[in-house]
Amino acid sequence: MAKGRVEIDAGFCKGCGLCTLYCPAHILELDKATITQKGYHPAVCVDESACTGCATCALMCPDVAITVYREVSA
Amino acid sequence: MIMADAAQQSEKRVFERPHALLPVVTNYCPGCTHGIVERLVAEVIDELGVEGKTIGIAPVGCAVKCYDFFGCDMIEAAHGRAPAVATGVKRSLPDHVVFAYQGDGDLASIGMAETVHAATRGENITIIFINNAIYGMTGGQMAPTSLPHQVTQTSPYGRDTDGAGYPIRVCELLSTLDGVAYLERVCVDSPKNVRKAKRAIAHAFQNQVDGVGYSLVEVVSTCPTNWKMTPEAAFDWMRENMLSYYPFGVYRDVQAEGFANAAEAAFARANDCPAVSGEAGR
Amino acid sequence: MSEKTLMKGNEAIAEAALRAGCRHFFGYPITPQTELAAYMSRKMPKMGGTYLQAESEIAAINMLYGAAAAGVRAMTSSSSPGISLKTEGISYMAGADLPGVIVNVQRGGPGLGSIQPSQSDYFQATRAMGHGDFYLPVLAPSTVQEMADLTYIAFDMADAYRTPVVILADGMLGQMMEPVLMPDAIDPASLPAKPWATCGHGGERPHNIVNSLHLEPQRLYEDNVRRFAMYERLARDEVRVETYRTEDADIVLAAFGAAARIARSAVNAARDRGIKAGLIRPITLWPYPTEAFRACDARAFLTVELNMGQMVEDVRLAVGDAAPVSFFGRCGGILPTPDEILSEIEDIAERLGE
Repeated sequence: MAKGRVEIDAGFCKGCGLCTLYCPAHILELDKATITQKGYHPAVCVDESACTGCATCALMCPDVAITVYREVSA
Repeated sequence: MIMADAAQQSEKRVFERPHALLPVVTNYCPGCTHGIVERLVAEVIDELGVEGKTIGIAPVGCAVKCYDFFGCDMIEAAHGRAPAVATGVKRSLPDHVVFAYQGDGDLASIGMAETVHAATRGENITIIFINNAIYGMTGGQMAPTSLPHQVTQTSPYGRDTDGAGYPIRVCELLSTLDGVAYLERVCVDSPKNVRKAKRAIAHAFQNQVDGVGYSLVEVVSTCPTNWKMTPEAAFDWMRENMLSYYPFGVYRDVQAEGFANAAEAAFARANDCPAVSGEAGR
Repeated sequence: MSEKTLMKGNEAIAEAALRAGCRHFFGYPITPQTELAAYMSRKMPKMGGTYLQAESEIAAINMLYGAAAAGVRAMTSSSSPGISLKTEGISYMAGADLPGVIVNVQRGGPGLGSIQPSQSDYFQATRAMGHGDFYLPVLAPSTVQEMADLTYIAFDMADAYRTPVVILADGMLGQMMEPVLMPDAIDPASLPAKPWATCGHGGERPHNIVNSLHLEPQRLYEDNVRRFAMYERLARDEVRVETYRTEDADIVLAAFGAAARIARSAVNAARDRGIKAGLIRPITLWPYPTEAFRACDARAFLTVELNMGQMVEDVRLAVGDAAPVSFFGRCGGILPTPDEILSEIEDIAERLGE
């Protein structure tokens, strides 16, 4: 299984939760402990080890808040 | 979008903001699909390498400020007039890429004349049409595409078809016009459908680059705020109610029909008319 | 270099626009401007230009908006009811600082009115070419030669000040034939670049935005203040007016466009009878030639118009309490005769003599 990583820019995230619904690994959640400057609970990755870098979250993100990286198996 | 990153030896960036979408926080509500569709448009502009010669036309409605979001040159049009503005731009800069981004009130109500006539003239432009069955910006009034019995701010007892008539199916209506090259209805409610929507948008832009003719992609969308639902519930309502009224599909594709462009298809359709075929004196 | 040719007023406007480098015309059929659009439809395809018959006046003005945003010289023409439809787009052009030329070959109103000559859109042209705080230059030709000359100037003025400009003609001037000396043709490619235009950034500059929306109160306020500073420059530098026999005049007539032609005959007839009459003919209706009136030592003013009395309000504003201002007009396509105006002048002269 490929290893990936997501960067979620809380400045763009509006806490809509779509990424958390579509992540096939179920490792994205809204961080209820945090409130962004715009007043939203931003999405966070709770288990980076399970991220495959499939980019499904980013595909569904309406605010282009997510950048996705994948390890290169060179 | 796949891009290698020289700074990161061990990993590559497999998804990032397209260049043609500026790093600006949008005015859209949480979960609004405008953001997804605009990103797809920007990705297509990037992939075609045409940002520098693209001019976008913003509508009036929730997407009014998309002139701040797209990185290409942008024009803000009066309500409904985007196809006329796009026509003026395209006739002035025929080698440039011109697209209009419009919602249902803008395109199918106040701008219906401009929509129909830009289509029937066969303007070589691309229209991205967001149909979420409601006026979002003004607070959720009944739209030309609101469903029968749909409750909105101005149809509080549900859209009464006796008084308010019936929704307009834009792709079906435009499909009768000879100037049209390509019409497809898509939505962005799942990763699979997002990819499909992107292919449709790419086709609609490629058609313009290739001179095939007027192309419109209708994206059946949601309005979680004015539908008073979560983004997830809005997708469910949309799938259940809107997709049965506004079915997915390709409503016109002259290339798939075997023609090089809309003009060829139009003349083939009217071949029995002597005035058109050239057999009668013009 | 060229010779005078006999032309219809409407065609003179069209030819002058082409010579000013206009290659994009967007129209919609309406009487009595028809010859203008027809001329464009003949010439544009041969010159690599665009003649486009829009689905409505609203579409036509928005096509003009798009072409202007793209940076080209463009024009639309119509007549009174059609101009009403265009006012939406004209307001947006003003708000987005877009140049463009709009021709109104006026007919009678209100409503469908008539297809006869009229000057009843004076208020609309000078005060209310759309919603919001704005003005725009209004040029009023009085001869077929001026139809050409002012159209040519209108394109330069539009580009220089980044504003829509109106040519306010009427059905009489549009249909009338007179000899015209056409201005030299400009190659559109030789016109100065418009760095603000939305014509594709080519990766060489940030994106340009053509827009009239400013949701922040301070920004809209500042945008309007900036535009009104431009109007002050316009009012200072672009006023055009013709004065005729006003130097020693006791009674000064004020008339523009077709009405000024009749008023001039009446002035001559009055002079023949020993009445010292003169004429002020505003050529720019906005900015208005207020100073020309204040420079007059006349004892009375008479405004002559093809309407129920519109420009007379500007004459009264200009003259103030200095002298009485009266009005004589006909509308509905009925033209006042020089004799009728002379009779008005004689009545005024009699009152002055008492």
